[in-house]
Amino acid sequence: MEFLSNVISGISLGSIYAIIALGYTMVYGIAKMLNFAHGDVIMVGAYVCFFMTSRYHMPAVIGVLLSMFVCTVLGIVIERLAYKPLRQATSLAVLITAIGMSYFLQNAAQILWTSNPKVFKSVVGSGSIKIAEGLHISYVTLVTVSACVIIMTGLTLFTGKSKMGKAMRACSEDKGAAQLMGINVNTTISITFAIGSALAAIAGVLLCSAYPNLVPTTGSMPGIKAFTAAVFGGIGSIPGALIGGVLLGLIEIFAKAYISTEIADAIVFAVLIVVLLVKPTGLLGRKISEKV
Amino acid sequence: MAMLEVNNINVFYGSIHAVKDISFKVEKGEIISLIGANGAGKTTILQTISGLLKSTTGSIMFNEQNLMQIPAHKIVGRGLAQVPEGRRVFLQMSVMENLELGAFTQPASTIDKNLEIVFAHFPRLKERRIQVAGTLSGGEQQMLAMGRAMMSNPTLLMLDEPSMGLAPILVDEIFKIIESLNKAGVTILLVEQNAQMALSIADRGYVLETGKVVLTADAKALLNDDSVRKAYLGA
Repeated sequence: MEFLSNVISGISLGSIYAIIALGYTMVYGIAKMLNFAHGDVIMVGAYVCFFMTSRYHMPAVIGVLLSMFVCTVLGIVIERLAYKPLRQATSLAVLITAIGMSYFLQNAAQILWTSNPKVFKSVVGSGSIKIAEGLHISYVTLVTVSACVIIMTGLTLFTGKSKMGKAMRACSEDKGAAQLMGINVNTTISITFAIGSALAAIAGVLLCSAYPNLVPTTGSMPGIKAFTAAVFGGIGSIPGALIGGVLLGLIEIFAKAYISTEIADAIVFAVLIVVLLVKPTGLLGRKISEKV
Repeated sequence: MAMLEVNNINVFYGSIHAVKDISFKVEKGEIISLIGANGAGKTTILQTISGLLKSTTGSIMFNEQNLMQIPAHKIVGRGLAQVPEGRRVFLQMSVMENLELGAFTQPASTIDKNLEIVFAHFPRLKERRIQVAGTLSGGEQQMLAMGRAMMSNPTLLMLDEPSMGLAPILVDEIFKIIESLNKAGVTILLVEQNAQMALSIADRGYVLETGKVVLTADAKALLNDDSVRKAYLGA
């Protein structure tokens, strides 16, 4: 029972990582950049939802929707102001800017909302369903896993079937050729940031519903782990984000349960290093052939 | 006024002056060939017309509209499509998806009609429509790149080195298709290192050397021109 219970916790945590990892992987796939501020967008999303539901007593649904709206706008604004001017710059310059943006968001949150922890009230209540003696599934877990499944299915259909989704894949392969098709690359990148940031808001709400301690650095560690998950699964790949996220969640929970809580994170990153040594493109990553 | 008039364009890559004050025109219905060695600036010219590169001077008039004032992604919708050098099909997407992307600017209602036209010119693409483009042969990828461009219903089609890397028999096939597209009413601007092939189907030609037009004449005259024969036709 304890084992099954750990599996459930692992999948639940992993689903959150997977939703965050989607933001990293989609932005990387299209803009070819690592948006290290993505984790902090999660934190902003959680704060917005916290204030709407706990401070202004709005229904949870409104809190989540407003949080998604704010994060979508924030994602687009970050891209326009910080990354778009660097479209022609080296990837190192963009990376440093992204790290700077991450600290900017954390510090801004500290000024606006102080570093006193807020206790996030779960958006789905604290109840659980009893599966068997000693085995419960909480509502948060149910909602988290369902949200992950719905988001994955939706995104797969969107990128596979819709006109905009195909334009995104075209941009991810060859921006010049995409422009020759009449695709507006800047708009496509904006839409990618918008989708990734809306998902970050959902991830933030789910994360804080499961782990209610909300501070300005809340998004930082999950952000880095989700980035790890994206690389683990193969950065740029949507199913890779799912597999990487869930595996990472399972490894983390099992390491905590059976090895040591203190070094669980070290084990997570050690696994990443081993995977990258054996398969540098990640589990589902494609071989990257550089064009000359 | 000609369909396409390129007037005094200059393009730089950093400090390298790749295209030097080039002017030429393409009349409706013509096949025009730009020939010249590697590095003569041919690809740069096409990329500048398509808006992917910017000229610092002059104008590029297409149907009396200056293309230099509109962003790259809005140019194909005006009826000017490019088949880029190295084909640049979307390798991870299917043949069908590549063709659909070619029609990105077209209303959905016209896609089926355009597909029919493309499949009539390239029956091979119809056979392979569910295949991933990366698994096609070089010749098939060239056909896909051309079919993809045709999906936008262009009045002017620019082709950049369509013969590159293809077996002679496929080069013949591709050039026959270019001629048939032209007969179907599409004006063609062709860039080639294979001067013999390019001039044999063209009405007029421009010879480029290190970013400058050094010679222009009827294609037949160029084929018989001593300096051209020596420099480009191996005679």
